[in-house]
Amino acid sequence: MSYIKPKFRHPSLPKNALGVTIADYDGAISTLCAGCGHDSISAAIRSACFLSSIPPHRIAKLSGIGCSSKMPTYFLGKSHGFNSVHGRMPSVATGASLANRELTYIGISGDGDTASIGMGQFIHLIRRNVNMTYIVANNGCYGLTKGQDSATADLGSISKNGGTNPFDGIDLASLALLQGASFVARSFSGDKEQLEPLIRAAMAHNGFAFIDVVSPCVTFNNQAGSTKSYAHTREHLDAMPLDYVPLRDEIRTQYEPGTIQSVTLHDGSVIHLHKAGADYRTDDRNAAIAAARAAHDEGRILTGLLFLDPNSQDLNQNLKLASKPLNALGKDELCPGSKVLSSINEGLR
Amino acid sequence: MKQISGINDFVVKFANVNGSGSASANHLFAKAIFRMGIPVSPRNIFPSNIQGLPTWYEVRVSSKGYLGRRGGVDLMVSVNPQSMEKDIADIEPGGYFVYDSTKPLESHLRHDDITYFGIPMTEICMREFKNPRLQQLLKNVVYVGALAALLKIDFTILKDLLNDQFKGKEKLISSNAHALDLGYQFALETFNCPLAIRLQKGGNDAPHILESKHILMNGNTAAALGAIYGGATVAAWYPITPSTSVVDAFAQYAERLRIDAGTGKKNFAIVQAEDELAAIGMVVGASWNGARAFTATSGPGLSLMSEFLGLAYFAEVPVVLIDVQRSGPSTGMPTRSQQSDILAAAYASHGDTKQVLLFPATPRECFDMTVQAFDLAERLQTPVIIMSDLDLGMNDWMSPPLEWDDDYQMDRGKVLDAEALDKTEKWGRYLDVDGDGICYRTLPGAHPDKGAFFTRGSSKNEMAVYSESGDDYVQNVDRLLRKFETAKSHVPTPKTHPPIAVKAPKTTLKLGALFFGTSASPAYEAVEMLAEEGYPIDTIRIRAFPFHESLDQFIHDHDLVFVIEQNRDGQMRRLVINECEIPPGKLIPVLNYSGTPITARKIARKIRETLSTKSADVVPLHPETA
Ligand SMILES: Cc1ncc(C[n+]2csc(CCOP(=O)(O)OP(=O)(O)O)c2C)c(N)n1
Ligand code: SF4
Repeated sequence: MSYIKPKFRHPSLPKNALGVTIADYDGAISTLCAGCGHDSISAAIRSACFLSSIPPHRIAKLSGIGCSSKMPTYFLGKSHGFNSVHGRMPSVATGASLANRELTYIGISGDGDTASIGMGQFIHLIRRNVNMTYIVANNGCYGLTKGQDSATADLGSISKNGGTNPFDGIDLASLALLQGASFVARSFSGDKEQLEPLIRAAMAHNGFAFIDVVSPCVTFNNQAGSTKSYAHTREHLDAMPLDYVPLRDEIRTQYEPGTIQSVTLHDGSVIHLHKAGADYRTDDRNAAIAAARAAHDEGRILTGLLFLDPNSQDLNQNLKLASKPLNALGKDELCPGSKVLSSINEGLR
Repeated sequence: MKQISGINDFVVKFANVNGSGSASANHLFAKAIFRMGIPVSPRNIFPSNIQGLPTWYEVRVSSKGYLGRRGGVDLMVSVNPQSMEKDIADIEPGGYFVYDSTKPLESHLRHDDITYFGIPMTEICMREFKNPRLQQLLKNVVYVGALAALLKIDFTILKDLLNDQFKGKEKLISSNAHALDLGYQFALETFNCPLAIRLQKGGNDAPHILESKHILMNGNTAAALGAIYGGATVAAWYPITPSTSVVDAFAQYAERLRIDAGTGKKNFAIVQAEDELAAIGMVVGASWNGARAFTATSGPGLSLMSEFLGLAYFAEVPVVLIDVQRSGPSTGMPTRSQQSDILAAAYASHGDTKQVLLFPATPRECFDMTVQAFDLAERLQTPVIIMSDLDLGMNDWMSPPLEWDDDYQMDRGKVLDAEALDKTEKWGRYLDVDGDGICYRTLPGAHPDKGAFFTRGSSKNEMAVYSESGDDYVQNVDRLLRKFETAKSHVPTPKTHPPIAVKAPKTTLKLGALFFGTSASPAYEAVEMLAEEGYPIDTIRIRAFPFHESLDQFIHDHDLVFVIEQNRDGQMRRLVINECEIPPGKLIPVLNYSGTPITARKIARKIRETLSTKSADVVPLHPETA
């Protein structure tokens, strides 16, 4: 059972631009297994929202079903949340975003929730470019139903009961790239340095921002031979570090000269990518697909911002919706009145 | 041979080939009769096909204003050799057959009790028109012209209609008018016009229909207008006949009536979803976020939506769903009409669920009930399903004009905005403060510190905190039942009619008839037929589920109640038995599930049969003895 944390606030906690502390972004205490990767993702979301000074109540959290989909309870207690049905959060998020374009939407899903039952809705969510951040906590198994292989389990990965997975796993990031997602990233729940700025950039992005996060399941998929265990992920990680700087602030971290690439998002914030010795570009979709493929073939887990289209137009823009949120329209804007109806009647005689 | 006769009282049926352009010609025929001020009800009986299969169009003309199907055909127009043999067999003795005589009729198709009218439609069109497409299309207009002479349709009205239909396309107007003339002249010169069945302005027994300035429209268009007037801003759907035209019509009206004057941007969003699961998911998301949202579907879509209907029921999210019913799964028969989703809708989903249903019987009710559905869904914070069907949704019906009260205010239900939240001391999403089972909801983004909560299915307590406690669960579902009770006082009440006075009653039994939706029109007609035969029957038309108390009372007050509906299993009868404290034996099913709408004659026959076996020996059933 989850419960609300005590409301004690340390007076010296740092405050963000809204003048509130990170405690204002707390959720209920987690009931996930101790050490579950998902809790680290919750923590990264919490601090990303704090650092980006997004008013908690202007965020809506949506999820499907699974251990991962329980996460929204454990961060941002002042935000509305919706734990919907298995694999169908994309449609709920689409409807919510149409109803009120002014909120920030965070969708949380699992690899079962997205890559199996929810595959159809996921791919169509990308196609529609709904303005939201979509995080998959990817552990290669179904945690909540006790450890079955999921569709993202890698070929040859060994499950807890000793079986070897005979199928090639679905790579959600590659799929998102192929389908034309406007923001695609991969990360690791154990790499807060990278995950947190990625989430901030994703929330600033205008359109669908996808982050596939390797998030080990300590209870059912952390054994030797599993390709989604902590040990395996750390060993094979090929991370591209990055920095997120809101509204053209000065760059904070010092990198070797010549190794920085900067990408400006539509709201003016900047992502600084740092990758020693390589000149990865985030604006080349085909190169991103090739890089993800190459890493996969070599057994590396390539993480970082894989692709970004800073000029993306989201669903609301593509549908040419008025700027006033649909849920704020009143009778006068919506109801054509009796005179119009009489003329409609006239046309039916 | 005695020919069928009658003024403003007959059934004409057209047998065509799908995709041959007959639909607009047949519509022209029906609309002309409507414009003459004569009650008419046209029906399309179409295959699941775009081109090539047989399709029919049945037009009933009824001086008394009966709009349901009567049964039988008095005049058949056939331009489809594929179905000709059966079409001729369907004609009543003394009836008429109009056909394309370019090819001579085979002798075995000649019956003694039918009058034949051969019109060389193909030949006429080949001679008069050069364009091969027109040669094909205008055959249909030629027979309308001939019918104008045979049945005495006002020719100027036909021409006016052509002008309306092809406004701005002068060439089309003149070629169509020419085809009409050709048919008309041919019939006048060749046959004894008019026939003993014919039309006559003012020759009706139903003056009320003309006085109220009826309109001719289909239920799907009416429902779409209801969604516009009801303030729907989000429509999400997946194409399925016969519900597709609901969203098509919504889109058309919205493009006209919902564009922001200043910017040209849209005050509505329509999403063609990837499937019905996504369609209703979008509705749930949009409604949860405070927009009025709806979807339209048919049987298979309803099945796919059922998981979300369960979530919306438990999570208490408004949903408006327009179910235009058809027959069963797959393709083919499903483009025919039935009322067979009743049980699937009433108890849609897993766990203990009961859904609010509305049963419109006319386009006017499709409009009114769609508006009302948005109010109900938000007032009750639950799905509301409008149970239309193909017959109502896709066919044109004469209907009283749509009316709108400019003082109407949307009922957004119990929603606390920031101001209200500031004034509220203790708020819990599922606290039943008012005792009616309906709690106060809040919308995302409303208030910086108050009112945020986590929406989820069933595992929660009154404060919306996660809980797997059995006590919390029971308390919650009991409250949902209380809310369902509350719904009874908000949904439309049944319509009852006392029996028609009968001079020499043939039975001492107290008889009742219960029906809903498109079974109503033919049921009222059957009741009048039976009254003339000496059987007085009370009627009750159900308009919503949960059922009103008056339904229980009605059943208690009668010895036998005929339940008239269009499905195999008597689904409404079962729902009534399930939900009301009544002896099931009193309810006699009167069913039709062939895919074509039920007819008045069939209803009357079934009731007559039951009464002839029962009336002698039936002991009135009372609750104690049943
Ligand atoms: C329609 C439906 N089918 C099956 C389930 C059972 N179920 C619950 S969670 C889950 C899998 C979750 O796996 P994943 O999304 O990877 O999340 P994880 O628990 O691993 O974080 C399943 C199959 C369900 N809730 N709903
Ligand atoms: S079962 Fe696995 S995924 Fe679920 S909470 Fe435990 S560690 Fe996390």
